[in-house]
Amino acid sequence: MYTLGIDVGSSSSKAVILEDGKKIIAQAVVEIGTGSSGPERVLDEVFEKTNLKIEDMANIIATGYGRFNVDCAKGEVSEITCHAKGALFECPGTTTILDIGGQDVKSIKLNSQGLVMQFAMNDKCAAGTGRFLDVMSKVLEIPMSEMGDWYFKSKHPAAVSSTCTVFAESEVISLLSKNIPKEDIVAGVHQSIAAKACALVRRVGVGDDLTMTGGGSRDPGVVDAVSKELGIPVRVALHPQAVGALGAALIAYDKIKK
Amino acid sequence: MSEEKTVDIESMSAKDALGYFLPKVDEDARKAKKEGRLVCWSASVAPPEFCTAMDIAIVYPETHAAGIGARHGAPAMLEVAENKGYNQDICSYCRVNMGYMELIKQEALTGKTPEVLKNSPASPIPLPDVVLTCNNICNTLLKWYENLAKELNVPLINIDVPFNHEFPVTKHAKQYIVGEFKHAISQLEELCGRPFDYEKFFEVQKQTQRSIAAWNKIATYFKYKPSPLNGFDLFNYMGLAVAARSLNYSEITFNKFLKELDEKVANKKWAFGDNEKSRVIWEGIAVWIALGHTFKELKGQGALMTGSAYPGMWDVSYEPGNLESMAEAYSRTYINCCLEQRGAVLEKVVRDGKCDGLIMHQNRSCKNMSLLNNEGGQRVQKNLGVPYVIFDGDQTDARNFSEAQFDTRVEALTEMMADKKASEGGNH
Repeated sequence: MYTLGIDVGSSSSKAVILEDGKKIIAQAVVEIGTGSSGPERVLDEVFEKTNLKIEDMANIIATGYGRFNVDCAKGEVSEITCHAKGALFECPGTTTILDIGGQDVKSIKLNSQGLVMQFAMNDKCAAGTGRFLDVMSKVLEIPMSEMGDWYFKSKHPAAVSSTCTVFAESEVISLLSKNIPKEDIVAGVHQSIAAKACALVRRVGVGDDLTMTGGGSRDPGVVDAVSKELGIPVRVALHPQAVGALGAALIAYDKIKK
Repeated sequence: MSEEKTVDIESMSAKDALGYFLPKVDEDARKAKKEGRLVCWSASVAPPEFCTAMDIAIVYPETHAAGIGARHGAPAMLEVAENKGYNQDICSYCRVNMGYMELIKQEALTGKTPEVLKNSPASPIPLPDVVLTCNNICNTLLKWYENLAKELNVPLINIDVPFNHEFPVTKHAKQYIVGEFKHAISQLEELCGRPFDYEKFFEVQKQTQRSIAAWNKIATYFKYKPSPLNGFDLFNYMGLAVAARSLNYSEITFNKFLKELDEKVANKKWAFGDNEKSRVIWEGIAVWIALGHTFKELKGQGALMTGSAYPGMWDVSYEPGNLESMAEAYSRTYINCCLEQRGAVLEKVVRDGKCDGLIMHQNRSCKNMSLLNNEGGQRVQKNLGVPYVIFDGDQTDARNFSEAQFDTRVEALTEMMADKKASEGGNH
């Protein structure tokens, strides 16, 4: 039996096809999200990787900000519940999750049965989100995929103290004009994200381990900065961007199994 | 008087009575102004009994601002205030009121109605002859009213109420507040040029107690499961608890509502029909600018609001004729109390409303109500095993509220409540 989970976020669309609630058959990520062709394209992509068709799906659950605009979905579940479910599947035993997405950062606390006990999300502010990193990578003229490499080159991280993305952008420009080495500015940006994101983790309670998910966790610099900020080891989910979609596919399976 | 004779209040529904009496408070003030009687602008939990006893009409800038917000008129008022230099971090009730005050002041000075005011859905209220504030719910009110008094050159009556670091309210705090009451009385005597009317004051106190007894009784209907009472109705009817608790307007309306609730119980007519899937507390001020959205989102999830500590702020029960008792009532508002008492109030609301979850408004405009949200939520979760969620918002500034963010948090909470029930062997 196959189930499909689709996660339509603010800046990307993700889909996962699951077999019998156990095995990931295919996953796809398209870097555009709600309000775009992203949801349609991610479905095309995920099915292209298999011999399956949408009709073969026993159940389809949508999550993410664009969850109510997915026509094929048979239900919607919030990204909190989906991320918890997906992260627990990829990193069994985890009790704390930090998801850094395009415009959301969220931290989720699970109990020993894997139930969500508490969660905290960023307020109306993009600090600590993937968008913050995106804006800074453009100012610094460093592709997002290379930001992590620059982070590890830094010996004296610069202080980027503004939490507001717009003010922090000005701060980074000011640091560039002072000829501060780019790697130190990059490290400062990473530390700034980590500080903001870890405040949410502390709000729900730091456990023994942390699982990171979301596009932000694809940047090893962010993962390292978070680990250092909290002083605990950090695991990264196997499919960090697709964890929400995976959780949705798992829930889709659970719902029909009942 | 002739107008009142033509209105058949007796046969009105509670909703119609609310729709009749709430605007009448402002109408009464307009009439008073026209007839040369005094008008007071008052903070929402300042005692109205003194002014009412002296036949001073009262309007309430907080209620007025909430009404403007609910009718989507807040952005224009906020812009006027912000153009005057009031920062966006200041309470939005205050900014809406400062904007409105600025416009009616301009109107009074020039004889011309500013375009912004012409196009505003705001209920017209007259300029005050006196302003009355009380810091039992917030300290911004002190500066806000000081500012009004200065801008409009009118007297300020400030009833200073100490914060209750200990609870119950101490004897010395009550005595101090009685001193504040007496000072307010002497200010009113000077303003009105006649002695304070203690006889009428006693009658007003008794009226206030009848109104508040009926108000308090409404919330007791949350004991029913399923509930006949939708908590959002408290937000609607609260306008009268604020603006007319010393008048019979509120008593009449609340008693009609109670009668209707009794009928609902008798006929098993529940607020959400058979779709009451969970029961939640709303902690904090309503998001007036998105009252419909917040309600519909909760209703869509089958989450009925069956409790809030916020409407309970107007539970000013006291013994008429006893100023110390009245002082205690106006001092014990839960946000004027220590964390221990505040937590105890929250827990009681959760228990009384048989609530499964707690939704807390991190209100950019009300730091006093929001600062301890986390501590309150954690206490309720620890002691009663009830999950909570905090959303970012504002009472009347739409720039601080995001519908999508609210929806995600509410949905996550309802999923947590459902998972918890399922894990405890209940229905998913």
